[in-house]
Amino acid sequence: MTPQQIFESLKSRFGEAVLEAKIDAFPDPWIRVAPAKLREICLYLRDDGEMLFDVLMCLSGMDYRAGKLGVVYHCDSTAKHHRIVLKTEFTDADPHVASVESVWKTANWHEREAFDLYGIVFDGHPDLRRILMPDDWRGFPMRKDYQVPEFYNGMKVPY
Amino acid sequence: MGLLDQKFENSNIVITSMDNLLNWARLSSLWGMQFGLACCAIEMMATGASHYDLDRFGTFFRGTPRQSDVMIVAGTVTLKMASRIRVPYDQMSEPRYVISMGSCSNCGGPYWEHGYHVLKGVDRIIPVDVYVPGCPPRPEALMEGLLKLQEKIRTESLVRKKSA
Amino acid sequence: MEETMTQPRQVAGFGRDLKSEEMVISMGPQHPSTHGVLRLELVVDGEVVVDVIPHIGYLHRCFEKHCEHMTNYQQVIPYADRMDYVAAMSNEFGYVVACEKLLKIKVPERVEYIRVIMAEFSRIVSHLIAIGTYGMDIGAFTPFLYCMRDRERVLDIFEQTCGARLLYNYMWIGGLSHDVPAGFTEKVKDFCRYFRSKIKELNDLLSYNKIFIKRTANVGVLPAAVALNYAVSGPVLRGSGVKWDLRKNDPYSVYDRFDFEIPVGQGLKGTVGDCWDRYMVRIHEMEQSVNIIEQAVDGLPAGDIASAIPKRIRPDAGDVYVRTETPKGELGYYIVSDGTATPFRVKVKSPCFVNLSALPAMSRGAMIADIVAILGSIDIVLGEVDR
Repeated sequence: MTPQQIFESLKSRFGEAVLEAKIDAFPDPWIRVAPAKLREICLYLRDDGEMLFDVLMCLSGMDYRAGKLGVVYHCDSTAKHHRIVLKTEFTDADPHVASVESVWKTANWHEREAFDLYGIVFDGHPDLRRILMPDDWRGFPMRKDYQVPEFYNGMKVPY
Repeated sequence: MGLLDQKFENSNIVITSMDNLLNWARLSSLWGMQFGLACCAIEMMATGASHYDLDRFGTFFRGTPRQSDVMIVAGTVTLKMASRIRVPYDQMSEPRYVISMGSCSNCGGPYWEHGYHVLKGVDRIIPVDVYVPGCPPRPEALMEGLLKLQEKIRTESLVRKKSA
Repeated sequence: MEETMTQPRQVAGFGRDLKSEEMVISMGPQHPSTHGVLRLELVVDGEVVVDVIPHIGYLHRCFEKHCEHMTNYQQVIPYADRMDYVAAMSNEFGYVVACEKLLKIKVPERVEYIRVIMAEFSRIVSHLIAIGTYGMDIGAFTPFLYCMRDRERVLDIFEQTCGARLLYNYMWIGGLSHDVPAGFTEKVKDFCRYFRSKIKELNDLLSYNKIFIKRTANVGVLPAAVALNYAVSGPVLRGSGVKWDLRKNDPYSVYDRFDFEIPVGQGLKGTVGDCWDRYMVRIHEMEQSVNIIEQAVDGLPAGDIASAIPKRIRPDAGDVYVRTETPKGELGYYIVSDGTATPFRVKVKSPCFVNLSALPAMSRGAMIADIVAILGSIDIVLGEVDR
C-alpha cells in the first residue's frame, strides 16, 4: 500500500484522531495522529489484513523547542514490504501519550528511554521508570533547555 | 639489571636488599583486574591475546579484585558506574596500583564537552598511578604504560610509606 | 537494592517440610562474562532462574546530545564509531548512507565497493570477537586466542588503509577519508584464502565439540513470533528461523550486485532458535562475508574517492530513517534536519538494545550457567546498548 492509501484507510476508520499527513515529504512521508488514540491506531496497523505492520522499527522522543514535545514511530511490515512514519505532538505541560507496549513488545524499552531522556509519560506502560540514567537523576537530559547539574552525588559533572 | 643477572659466586647465594627483592617480585607478577568498560577494553583484550601477549610480563587478568594488584580502568567512566568502580578499588588489597587507559578515563575523552553523564576522568574518584593516552591506545602503548608502572614500583621502598 | 522476599514455600521432601524462597542475585556490572558493564538482576529459585531484569545505562555516553552540538554533520562520525566499537565501520556506514539520502548525494562506484568491503571485514571482526568471547564464557579459552590471531590480520588491513586499528573515522559523507593502499587487492585475496581454512579450524575446535553442544543446544530458545514482536534482528532473528537480512530484503549501497546466501537457524543440534543456532549463523555469515569480499575486490572499479564529498553540509529541513545490516542486527539512524549545518536530532535505533530487551523472554526457567550462554549468544556491545 502507498502512504496515501494508508492515510486514507486510517482517516476513514479513525476520523478526528488522524490529524494530517505530508505524503510528499522527502525522503519519508509521515502521518500525524492524536496522542490519546495512538494505541487503537497501532493495533489496527498491526492486525489489519492489508496493513500487517508487525515490526516497530524505531520510537524516538523529540523536543521541537518552544515547549513542544513529540514522539515519532517508524513501522515496518515484513510481509507486505511497506513502511509508515507516525508522529504525535503535545506540550510539555501535558506530556502524555498512549503506550503501544501491548501492541509491540519492543516498545517497552523504547518508551522507557523516551521517558528517561524527555520526560514523556506513556499511559498504560507496565513499568515506566528510568533506564539509562541513574534512578535518582533529576531532570530530563535530552531536552533542548536542559542545564547540566554542577554536582551529582559528590562528583563534579562538567569538565 | 635484575636479580638473576648477578653471578652466582658461592653456590646459589644472591645478596640483595629487601626492597629490591620485594619490588622485583611485585613488578614481575602484576595481576590485573579486568575492568574493561568500553572500546579500550577491546584493545586490552588484544594486548592480552597472543599477538601482543601480556603474559610475558607476568600479567594475566583476574575477575575479582581480591586477587589482583593492578586495576586497568579501560574505557569511559559514567556517573552511574562511578560508585561501582570505587567499591572494587577498595576491595583490592595493598599494594595496589591503577592504570588509567585511554582518553575517557584520563580526562573524559571525546565526551568532555557535552557528556552530562560522563565522569571527566577516573582520577576524580580513585588515585591513578599511570595514565596511558590514546583513543584507544595501541597495544604497544598499554604495554609501555605497564612498563612505566614497573619502573615506578622498582623505586618503591618499605621504609617510605606508599602514598595511598 | 532491596531484597524481594516471597513467602517461604513448603516443599515436601524426605518426610520433612523444606522451606524455600526466591533469592535476588546481582550479576554485574563488573563481571567477566557480561560482555561489558551490564547488570543482570537474577531472581532465582535455587539454581533455576525465575526472572532476569537487565539494568543498563552504565555506559551511557550522551551520543545523541553530542550530535545536537556538533558544528557539522561530519563531526558526528567519530562518535558514531564509538557506539558499536567492535565493528566500527558498520556504524559509520549507516550514518553516511542516511546523510547522503538527506543531501541527495550519489557517491562514486569505487566508494560503494570499498565501503562494502570494509563493512564485510567489520562483520568478520565482530563475529570473531563474538565467537571467541562466547567460547571463553562457556569455558574454552583456546578459540579466543585463535580468533584474536585472525582478527589481527584484518586489523592490519584496516591500519594500512586508514591508520587506525579499532576506531576509524574512515567513511565520510560523500566518500572516504583515504583511498586503499597499493597492493590492497593482493592482501585481501591472501586473507580470504587464509581465512577459509581458519573457519574450518574453528569448527573443528568449537562448533561440533560435544561439551559446547551440550551447553548451547536447546538453551535459550526464542520462537520466531516472539522474536518479531520484540523487533529482534540480526543473527538472533535468523537463528530463530526467520530469513530476514536487510542486505537482501531492503538493499542499500551495492549489495544487490553480489551473490551470497543468508544462513538461517535450522535446529540441527536441538531446537530452532537455541544458542547453538545463533552461534552457527555467525560462523556461516563469516563464510558468506568472505564470498562478498572476494567478489567486491574482483570488481573494484577505478575512480576518485573524494569527488562527491560536499564542501558544506547543509541539508534541507526534513527527516530520514535509514537502516543497515550490522553484525549485531538492524542499526537504524533517524536524522532530523532543520536546515542548518548542525543536526537537529539524531536518534539511533540500536540492535543490541532491542535484542537485549528480549533476554527475559529467552531465559525464564534456565539455570544460572545458562544465562551466561544465552547472553553470549545474543552478542551485545554495551556501547551500542547505552549509546
